[in-house]
Amino acid sequence: MKWETVIGLEVHTQLATKSKIFSGSSTAFGAAPNTQANAVDIALPGVLPVLNKGAVECAIKFGLAIGATLNRVNVFDRKNYFYPDLPKGYQISQLAKPIVEGGALTIVVPSTSSGQSEERVIHLTRAHMEEDAGKSLHEDFHGMTGIDLNRAGTPLLEIVSEPEMRSSAEAVAYARALHTLVTWIGICDGNMQEGSFRVDANVSVRPVGQTEFGTRREIKNLNSFRFLQQAIDYEVRWQIETLEDGGRIEQATVLFDPDTGETRMMRSKEDAHDYRYFPDPDLLPVRLTDEWIEQVRAEMPELPQVKLAKYRMDGLSVYDATALTSSRATAEYFEAVLASLSPSPSPGGSGEQAKLAANWVMGELAAALNKAELDIAQSPVSAAQLGTLITRIQDGTLSGKLAKQVFEGLWEGAGEVDAIIEARGLKQMSDSGELEKIIDDVLAANPKSVEEFRAGKDKAFNALVGQVMKASRGKANPAQVNELLKGKLQ
Amino acid sequence: MSLSPDDVKRIARLARIETSDAEAQATQAQLNTIFDLIATMQAVDTRGIAPMAHAQEVFQRLRDDAVTETDRHAAFQAIAPAVENGLYLVPKVIE
Repeated sequence: MKWETVIGLEVHTQLATKSKIFSGSSTAFGAAPNTQANAVDIALPGVLPVLNKGAVECAIKFGLAIGATLNRVNVFDRKNYFYPDLPKGYQISQLAKPIVEGGALTIVVPSTSSGQSEERVIHLTRAHMEEDAGKSLHEDFHGMTGIDLNRAGTPLLEIVSEPEMRSSAEAVAYARALHTLVTWIGICDGNMQEGSFRVDANVSVRPVGQTEFGTRREIKNLNSFRFLQQAIDYEVRWQIETLEDGGRIEQATVLFDPDTGETRMMRSKEDAHDYRYFPDPDLLPVRLTDEWIEQVRAEMPELPQVKLAKYRMDGLSVYDATALTSSRATAEYFEAVLASLSPSPSPGGSGEQAKLAANWVMGELAAALNKAELDIAQSPVSAAQLGTLITRIQDGTLSGKLAKQVFEGLWEGAGEVDAIIEARGLKQMSDSGELEKIIDDVLAANPKSVEEFRAGKDKAFNALVGQVMKASRGKANPAQVNELLKGKLQ
Repeated sequence: MSLSPDDVKRIARLARIETSDAEAQATQAQLNTIFDLIATMQAVDTRGIAPMAHAQEVFQRLRDDAVTETDRHAAFQAIAPAVENGLYLVPKVIE
């Protein structure tokens, strides 16, 4: 039987506010235990929550970015459950009237078979504001559990997708696109190691052609894209094997163990919590006015999908445009390179320059940054310098190979582009008399290759080109070498 | 609607309350009187009335996003039953 996988994701993003959602405690990561938990966060009797305007604005930005409905009146509910890192005995969340409903995200799925990337639109169900819980430390405290409430009350936006993904690759592409978006609009720092972006995956399988969904199992708390992929792949295999062996899937919550690469059951539906949701009487409904929404919209940067469309108009491929919009810093760097090209790209005629700039940003620069473990914002080579370098390639001063040497100089901080070309003598040879002399010398020194070429061996020609390039110490223009060499050999 | 003894046991389990059979029986009778009260309320005709989250037309006040609190964990932990290295200690709970 052929099976189809159905995946929906719930993503918890910690909002990048300075203070907590209902108190004035700091949300900074890594402080000593319980030093950032005030009377509201530890739930002393008689305290009242006061909503953080910054957290609401983050949610508004997200709703605007995905073209969702912003509920002009939205309501906080209490979600009741017992766990020691939730000192109130309930989590303040939103159930019936969340702040954001609907919306969609365009994802680019790298296709393995054809090599072609494919665009897909994934719809979102909702996004709601809630508070994070504290942390339980189960190391041995004389058989007790240690509780750190610094994280309790950190604002979260829980973002829920429709079950529209059909493979782990699509789920990862969606999670990546969402990660790019929330960091792009500045509502989340995106730090997955620190738990700022946590993914739960609802996974089920069904025979191809069946319209009803199969029974789903929810994989909790995946904190890397690799684990997301591995966990879904394992879970899908497990579900298909179970069904093909005549078993049935029971609705359950499972955990992924990165060490074994397996998922294991945490609780079945039988044990499912009855959360007894009801509107929180301590909090009034939240009202969003059109005026406030427009103020927030005015503060937002140009969105990745808008930039991606522009880059495609400049003639870049989906792959290039997606890579350049993988983060706001990358896109801004790329645009700064384009802006510093001389002559500046003209509309319509900018394709070649855009492609060249894209190749440098994603090729030489990305490789160097990767090796040095630096972010593009920390690049030792400025966008203006890279722009000058590309200008020198275009005006024929530098060959691609020489340009790489100049780039190394820039990276080492050896000065500006023209100064490096001058100081290191990297100017491409333009004097054809000088080049002809080198070619004559090479032909005289390699009679065997000349003979082989005349006998019809094309490889021998390449060997001669190589010798000429070497003799010119890389400064000859390869196209010119080809041309002159051919002329002399005929 | 009324509750069976099994319902009461299940609710007690979800609330992490240990109950004897006698207690469950007594609680069942008490809870069922609450259901009678709810039944009376449910008899009210609410057709055409929009659901509301609050009884008044007032909205949540917001505070600016600023850190206004200082570290007072020493004072808070002075009244905690068990503390170590700044952590509150509780009986071991592992799901």
